[in-house]
Amino acid sequence: MNTSGRTSTPAILAFGAMALAVIWVGQAQSWSLALSILNYCVIAAIMSLGLNVQWGYAGLFNVGLMGFAALGGMAAVLVSMPPTQQAWQAGGPALLTAMLMALITIIAAIVVYKIFQPGGRRHLVMTLVMMAGLIASRWFFDPAVKAIESVDPSRTGYLGGAGLPILISWVVGGLLAAAAAWLIGKITLGLRADYLAIATLGISEIVLSMLRYEEWLTRGVKNVNGLPRPVPYEVDIQQSQWGLAWASKLGANVQDFASIVVKLSYLGLSLLVLAILFWLCQAALKSPWGRMMRAIRDNETAAEAMGKDVKRRHLQVFVLGSAVIGLAGAMMVTLDGQFTPNSYNPLRFTFLIWVMVIVGGSGNNLGAILGGFMIWFFWVQAEPIGLWVMEVGTSWMSPENPLRKHLLESAAHMRLMIMGLILLLTLRFRPRGILPERNDIGRH
Amino acid sequence: MQDLLNALVLLANFVFIPATAYGSQLALGALGVTLVYGILRFSNFAHGDTMAFGTMVVILLTWWFQSKGIGLGVLPTALMGIPVAILLTACFVLLTDRWVYRYHRQKKAPSVVFLIASIGVMFLMNGVVRFVIGPGDQRFEDGERFIITARAFREWSGLNEGMVFRTSQGLSIAVALLVVIALFWFLEKTRTGKSMRAYSDNENLALLSGINPERVVMITWILSAALATIAGTLYGLDKGFRPFTYFQLLLPIFAAAIVGGLGSPLGAIAGGFIVAFSEVVLTYAYKKFFTYLLPDEWAPDGLMQLLSTDYKFAISFVILVLVLLIRPTGIFGGKST
Repeated sequence: MNTSGRTSTPAILAFGAMALAVIWVGQAQSWSLALSILNYCVIAAIMSLGLNVQWGYAGLFNVGLMGFAALGGMAAVLVSMPPTQQAWQAGGPALLTAMLMALITIIAAIVVYKIFQPGGRRHLVMTLVMMAGLIASRWFFDPAVKAIESVDPSRTGYLGGAGLPILISWVVGGLLAAAAAWLIGKITLGLRADYLAIATLGISEIVLSMLRYEEWLTRGVKNVNGLPRPVPYEVDIQQSQWGLAWASKLGANVQDFASIVVKLSYLGLSLLVLAILFWLCQAALKSPWGRMMRAIRDNETAAEAMGKDVKRRHLQVFVLGSAVIGLAGAMMVTLDGQFTPNSYNPLRFTFLIWVMVIVGGSGNNLGAILGGFMIWFFWVQAEPIGLWVMEVGTSWMSPENPLRKHLLESAAHMRLMIMGLILLLTLRFRPRGILPERNDIGRH
Repeated sequence: MQDLLNALVLLANFVFIPATAYGSQLALGALGVTLVYGILRFSNFAHGDTMAFGTMVVILLTWWFQSKGIGLGVLPTALMGIPVAILLTACFVLLTDRWVYRYHRQKKAPSVVFLIASIGVMFLMNGVVRFVIGPGDQRFEDGERFIITARAFREWSGLNEGMVFRTSQGLSIAVALLVVIALFWFLEKTRTGKSMRAYSDNENLALLSGINPERVVMITWILSAALATIAGTLYGLDKGFRPFTYFQLLLPIFAAAIVGGLGSPLGAIAGGFIVAFSEVVLTYAYKKFFTYLLPDEWAPDGLMQLLSTDYKFAISFVILVLVLLIRPTGIFGGKST
């Protein structure tokens, strides 16, 4: 095949088919729907690109994607929402004191660890220091939380954010996820694939519990609505001169026109991010670094014998991939305009991304993007398709038939089965994905 | 004296009994995971959803029995459904083995491929369960609800604190005990059980001595389906059934299996109880307990809760990480490769 790095025929065909499917949705359902599906497709593709860096390049089995995406989402809230001044006044100082206490405890524990010889004494003193630190910080923390959460709980009840433009949160989300990944990676990398899987699964549940129950920070299950936008509001376009002019010029309804302009602006932003990330990923894959990562993936022992620091490289790639997922998480909350901790579900935010990478082709960046587009498209469209299949399949029954009613009600759950089938069929008949990894990459 | 007894009853009621029942359920779940790991050498991510599938069949049968007016008197009707449910779940699991795992086994695929395949099966089973019974809560406990009620205990003992022992808790403990005894008898004494252990210890040697691998794999799947169905039903009787909860059970179950040492049945049981007791002990609010024990003026103001129940996943996780860092093969030394 071509060795110059040009896109191959299957890729063009697959993306062409994808474009046709979106156009079909635009024609048959509505252009607004097609655009919003496309918007989420791009975000899914970014997440899948992030997982591809971890799994495809380095063979790290991360099933904690949901946690990193949710951290990114939290960043969107913390960066963009206006700060709640009253809450800061009510609980801010005590909260900061509690944080300081926690910091002092950690430093004290490290000092104790350094001073004492290994043995029972060290454990005892460290336990005592940590217990004292826990009590001291809780002493300030509990009343602070109570004070913050009781400030106008129906509207705020949390500290709020920094009141900065929400686009900054995309970077902050990535950094936050990267920091978490560094911490987690330090502890769990080096474990076998299935241990790492369980450990990351646990981490993501813990992150979610935190986002749900630390109301002073994220407002918890009361959700944060009305996040500021990086693009204009529909209402403003509808009332603006140019909006009206363009709408009449195109012969469209001004409401539809405004909604499409907004969605196109989001699409432009996220496509820009996707393009930059894709370029970076390709460059990394083709560089000596990329070849080294794949060498480590394919034979750790040999790579170690060649003097490669496997654990460090793994940590590096784990942090980078998680940062991409955190960024995508922040983008998703930006697009939603709200942060709802209860909407995070591991099937949808972790395992679906896995299906994307496996089906698209692990190790191939273009494949991961294609997988993101295709699987997200299926995930959204499986519901109407499933419903239609059920309607047709049960049309011979009377409308009052309880079985028919049940089948129609449950049609939405068909998509889980379809995803399972797609994954299993891919593993069996095209184990390297639609666009397989190319071994000739980087060799000119 | 009275206060001390009250405090102990309080602890038994809110810590010891619930943790023992929960531990029995986790132990059965972890046994299924560990058996599959020992023979097929992969972590089965679909196990939580296998439990949900088995329990779903039990619930459907329970409803059918109830509509016919058949019951077990004081015991929950669900018990009658278990044998049929095991049969159906085993058939389903064997079909997934025949259509999914066997192909990869013949290809000698690396274990991570099996892991990914089990994620596919997980999606499939999750979809089937939600499709048939819906994503909502189901309660299917019937019969006599209590073995000991709070009031009966108070009248008998003359203490302030009542002790409640629910039928579902008693059943969990009793059934788990019976199942574990039967399973160990099977593994230790029968020819098939011995061949399974031989295969798990050394695959090549077992093949050389004429053990049929496909048969061993089949028995393993049947056992894991049976354990999953029983564990799921007991959990459902105790705490109610909801597909998503069963999916989330994957975490404590895996923590239990890994803590005990993957592939070690004894370890799975120990791990189940370790995880269950840590969860309950660390999330219980000890305020009342200390109020009984300490003089009035020392009585605590706060809840005296080490960790909010919202963070119970964190406990499984921390135990898991500690064990992996200190003893990577688990307490009972499971397989390391």
